[in-house]
Amino acid sequence: MNNLPSTINEKNIPHSFCPGCGHPIALHAIASVIEKMALGKEAVVGLDIGCSLLAWNLYNFDSFHTHHGRTVSTMLGFKRANPKSLAIVYQGDGGAYAIGLQSLLTSAHRDDPLTVIIINNTLYAMTGGQMSPTTVLGEKTSTTPRGRNIRQGPKFLGPETIKELASERAYIARGSVENPIELETMIRKALERQRAGHFAFVEVLSPCPVNWKTAAHETFERLNELKTEYRLGELNE
Amino acid sequence: MSEVINITGNELVVQAAADIGACLMFGYPITPSTEILENWVNLCQANKDLDYLQTEDEIAAGFGVCGATLAGKIAFTASAGPGNVLLQDSISMAESMRLPFVAIIAQRGGPSSGTVIYSQQETILTVHGGNGEGLRIVYAPGDPQELYEMTQAAFVSAWKYRFPAFVLTDGYLCKTKQNLALRRNLKKISAVKIAKPNMRNCFSMEEELFEKLQIDLKDFEKISFMSQAEEDGVKDANLVVVAYGTVAASVKEALIKLREEGLKIALLRPKTLSPFPSAQLSRILSKGKKVIFVESAQGQLELLTRAKINITGEINRYNRPAMGITPEEVEDFLKKEYRE
Repeated sequence: MNNLPSTINEKNIPHSFCPGCGHPIALHAIASVIEKMALGKEAVVGLDIGCSLLAWNLYNFDSFHTHHGRTVSTMLGFKRANPKSLAIVYQGDGGAYAIGLQSLLTSAHRDDPLTVIIINNTLYAMTGGQMSPTTVLGEKTSTTPRGRNIRQGPKFLGPETIKELASERAYIARGSVENPIELETMIRKALERQRAGHFAFVEVLSPCPVNWKTAAHETFERLNELKTEYRLGELNE
Repeated sequence: MSEVINITGNELVVQAAADIGACLMFGYPITPSTEILENWVNLCQANKDLDYLQTEDEIAAGFGVCGATLAGKIAFTASAGPGNVLLQDSISMAESMRLPFVAIIAQRGGPSSGTVIYSQQETILTVHGGNGEGLRIVYAPGDPQELYEMTQAAFVSAWKYRFPAFVLTDGYLCKTKQNLALRRNLKKISAVKIAKPNMRNCFSMEEELFEKLQIDLKDFEKISFMSQAEEDGVKDANLVVVAYGTVAASVKEALIKLREEGLKIALLRPKTLSPFPSAQLSRILSKGKKVIFVESAQGQLELLTRAKINITGEINRYNRPAMGITPEEVEDFLKKEYRE
């Protein structure tokens, strides 16, 4: 417990994510970077609906729930009203790439100064494992019982798509909870880029053993395999 | 005496918002409220303290207002018809998180894209649109001066009582240019940051949400004092007309003629549709007098009224959904309905 960043609200530890979930690693990375950058006063996190919402009581800095897919719009409103704030969008792949895609792409296109962090676990986890835009071909979910087929569209490549329409000065990266140190570096750069007045986007590969229906070792294998579907790294550095 | 100016309703809204201290507008163009966005943008060119964002849709505009108010800025949006539908998701969030959300709604005809100028078909939608209990403040202006005053009142009430507040008007009032000796109010309101750590809008247990709702419902009950209705000629009337907004303006004009002919007809005009002026209307409509609803909708005001109060007299209605209503047609209808 003593190793926790001061930006984490210790009263609410343990968190309420499922055992083996990747969210807490990403959330810890955010807290850790904000502590190291001493930005607890400026930071504000908008939480999308889905498993992301479970982070509502985790931080000592400003944080609030929004609606499903509406976190980019809400945090943009916040940032416009208070340009000195450090506005962070925390969303899942369904919230970002399905229901909220319109506002995500528009913000990237406008180069809005926001830091958007997307947890990609390849399905809708909170509702019990339905197909999301990032479900890979062949992956079985409750709405693709025979595996996702091409008629249901190929996997959605978030950072790659955003790169096509974002400013050259935007920061775009894909990390994984498998490598929290690298993830922290990406999040730090994404926050710095917002402070420089630009759009910053980090997708984070993250396991969901409950809905993947994987045992511990299978979870690691699957997360590792996902790197061949979703290439890690910075896209425009 | 103020100087007479020639001004549209949409220009008045912008003037009112700026005068009261609003500094940020989120909007998407839609007739008949587009010029609110345009005029606000023009104002921003001259005043660096004001800002705007033309969003990709009304969904983003509504959530932008939510975010901006969380950050402590006086923000608003303006929309109509299908845009009002898209705003409802964000208005529900504002209702639940008690955010001072302000929207000017210039009603247009529906369903769907429909027509663009005249309607009262967004009455129920605006008063009760979201998933929730309809804890919203809704002003219904009947003339340009009231449009100005109620726009300001919406900001004042939203920030004071922390419920979403609306000015529910229509394209006639918003787009018509009229001569007006505008009485301005330049006293600005102040805003405070609302965001804090661990703000919650999702609940695990039914009881948690229920308890939170009891507080909100009680707070909303407490502001029932701010409900208001205009009463005109109710004392000796044999017939009472209930109407709001520009429709009521038509009724008023019709009544001038009818009274000259000796007909004793009153007008009851709710100026707030939420909180609804139940006590005031009940006092007048529970005396057995005949009641006529006049609406540019198929009975939405009647539904609101009859849900709140018991009307003891005979009831009839002149419903013209999504149609402009002229004083002449009101006059003809009331003549047929009138009995000594």
